[in-house]
Amino acid sequence: MSTINADRPADALRAGDRQADQERAESKPLGGIAGWLDDRTGAAKGMSFVLKKVFPDHWSFMLGEIAMYSMIICLLTGAFLTFWFVPSASPVVYDGSYIPLQGVTVSDAYRSTLDISFDIRGGLLIRQIHHWAALVFCVAILVHMGRVFFTGAFRKPREINWVIGSILSMLAIVEGFAGYSLPDDLLSGTGLRAAEGFMRSIPIIGSYVSYFVFGGAFPGEAIIPRLYAVHVLLLPAILVGLFTAHILLVFLHKHTQYPGPGKTNNNVVGFPMMPVYIAKAGGFFFIVFGVIALISALVTINPIWGYGPYDPSPVTAGSQPDWYMGFADGALRLLPGFLEFTAFGYTFSFNVMIGAILLIPIMYTLIGVYPFFEAWVTGDKREHHLLDRPRNNPTRTGIGVAAMTFYIVLFFASGNDLMAIKLHLSINDLTRLFQLLIFVGPPLAFWITKRICLSLQRADRQKVLHGRETGVIWRYPDGRFEEIHAPLTPQERWVLVQHESPEPLVITAETDANGVESPIARKERLRAKLSHFYFKDRVAPPTPSELEAAHHHGDHGVETHEPEAIEAGGAPARETIKADRQN
Amino acid sequence: MNALAARRRHPAAIALLILVGLLVTGGAYAFLAPKEANASAVSADTVAEGKNLFLANCASCHGTNAQGTASGPSLVGVGAAAVDFQVGTGRMPLAGPNIQAQRQDVDKIKFDDQQISSMAAYVASLGAGPSVPDSQYTTVIQPGDQKEAGQDLTNNQRIARGGEIFRVNCAMCHNFAGAGGALTRGKYAPSLTGVTPKHMYEAMVSGPQSMPVFNDQNISPESKQEVISYLKAVDNQTNVGGLTLGNLGPVSEGMFVWLFGLTLLIGCAVWLGKKAA
Repeated sequence: MSTINADRPADALRAGDRQADQERAESKPLGGIAGWLDDRTGAAKGMSFVLKKVFPDHWSFMLGEIAMYSMIICLLTGAFLTFWFVPSASPVVYDGSYIPLQGVTVSDAYRSTLDISFDIRGGLLIRQIHHWAALVFCVAILVHMGRVFFTGAFRKPREINWVIGSILSMLAIVEGFAGYSLPDDLLSGTGLRAAEGFMRSIPIIGSYVSYFVFGGAFPGEAIIPRLYAVHVLLLPAILVGLFTAHILLVFLHKHTQYPGPGKTNNNVVGFPMMPVYIAKAGGFFFIVFGVIALISALVTINPIWGYGPYDPSPVTAGSQPDWYMGFADGALRLLPGFLEFTAFGYTFSFNVMIGAILLIPIMYTLIGVYPFFEAWVTGDKREHHLLDRPRNNPTRTGIGVAAMTFYIVLFFASGNDLMAIKLHLSINDLTRLFQLLIFVGPPLAFWITKRICLSLQRADRQKVLHGRETGVIWRYPDGRFEEIHAPLTPQERWVLVQHESPEPLVITAETDANGVESPIARKERLRAKLSHFYFKDRVAPPTPSELEAAHHHGDHGVETHEPEAIEAGGAPARETIKADRQN
Repeated sequence: MNALAARRRHPAAIALLILVGLLVTGGAYAFLAPKEANASAVSADTVAEGKNLFLANCASCHGTNAQGTASGPSLVGVGAAAVDFQVGTGRMPLAGPNIQAQRQDVDKIKFDDQQISSMAAYVASLGAGPSVPDSQYTTVIQPGDQKEAGQDLTNNQRIARGGEIFRVNCAMCHNFAGAGGALTRGKYAPSLTGVTPKHMYEAMVSGPQSMPVFNDQNISPESKQEVISYLKAVDNQTNVGGLTLGNLGPVSEGMFVWLFGLTLLIGCAVWLGKKAA
């Protein structure tokens, strides 16, 4: 017992203190190093929160992990590259090992990148890992985003995390572009030249913006050091910060799970972080690193020695950005030239500006706003921890596929020259085709996807009511043929019937009690219209009574009744908007 | 002088004068005439053989006098280099109407070297044009630190200079590695891999199809040789980074990462997801 706790005359006043001390000492089961650390940092509570966290198991939940790991790989390899890369545009004469460039005057940035590739042990492999990991990072982000969207994982309470994810996705593109522009080879310089043109396409202030960014006329010596600071310092800091918030929110919200027996909105069925996911996720990190290292060891990426040093006069055929910027490049290739005109003594280059300056912010704003839009349309204010099967929300799935189609058309348009040469087609015809598809493709994709979803729902319904088709054909004594249907197990059936099937909102009161038109009526009409758009075509999951009825319709498989009406049964009509608002 | 003047009416004088005149004119012609026109010591027989081959294989499009028709351009003045390039790479005779004549594999080339040079001699006889290049300029410069006779730069530096000339003049259509690129309306700049130095040189001087002409004033014969040597050096170098994916730039890399990278990683994720059950 320490001196401070020795008996004193006024001990009665401190009776409580001692008790608290004692309780604290007793409640500390941690010993050894963990206890030592906890005494000094209080980390045990947080660690136990994290380590006991339960995660559901599904491969599609690992897509985000791929993004996370490839980002970490980029950080690690990037640190290696900074040891040798010289972010400087000052001219030097190359005298390294790459023969076809010996004696050529190049920038120090390019010289140092060549040295990393040819003269530094392991440098080329690390460079290639860095670049491939960056490409994988952007791929994984997009695919992860698709998973979250199509399963409705962005719904309350995860809207903020969706917005953070969207910002991360956009910043990843910018970060990638900054890195692509650093080595000062012909391709990256061409990219910067294009970026300079994009800035100049901003009406009126464009040339000022360009001079501000490049510190004078293009290319100048300022841009490479500036981009370097952005690429290794500014953007990684923001990326890591937002990524941490993204992950913390996942821990806070708990992970979503696919519907199934025993999985509810209030639980998470899976395994705890420790020891299962520590091992699995840790192992997966090494798998991702291994796959990327394998690709990097076998396949060249960005052969800067082949492109040659940047010089504003040459340009190479097939000058494209890395794939994640491809859609913006495609937009530029599709925008017609007549969008450029002169007015009030200024040139307005909307043929460039729409694709280069406006597209990315508009696209990411729409993506970021979507959860709020859908929540408003559906009037749904509940929390959702169970995922949707994409077919069970046909309109959302349709919107998603339409957006993907738009993106993919732009993406393919950016490779129109290579498609022309490899497929022996005319680049002009291809461009016209893509110009057509950008308008026709998304609505068509929406319609087709929605029809497919509804058909799948009908098939599910049929399966629940009549069982699985076995492929066994039964011939009856009277000569009829019938296919035998095997009933589903309750577990199988649950997945097919658990979802909600909301009905479109109906406006009940456009006027108040005194017959005065409600001031919000117009907004509500719009909302009802949108709700109609979302939910008018619906295939309700079978109700227990329908299931019962189907079972009594002559012993399984001998079905004589008409196919179920689509609109039949289903959930009781949802409350009206009026009622929603009053709640 | 007097002796000469006294003999000016000699019956042989006129014959002598004619002889001197012919010698001077002939000598001056031989000295001043465009070098390209006399590709090599061409005999009349060769030209005649070339003309027969021309009439049998080319005249239906280019006209019986190679004056050109609606289906094919005039060949007067295109020179031997153009014929050697077009026929020697199998582009001509054209297999069928097409946007652009395509290079054929060696086994599909319809004529042997001797026949090609006869046709080239015939076309060259129609009007002066670039001739088949001297082998001095179609010899590939071998990488190394040595200097060749009459050169200030080492071989390596000359190859590097060829690279610079290539990037400034050729890469915008043929791509940085000579992998080729698209032009408008289905036309294209072909890949330069596997093209012989002679044909590269001839393409530069004759400007086939959409290609501009790079004559000796634009790019000197030595520089052309350097460009060719650069391309050959790039072809021969080890692919240090691994598979090149056709040297097509970021498009093929993007395709690779989506098709192979993502598939592999998702495959691993599915495998790992299965391990739980």
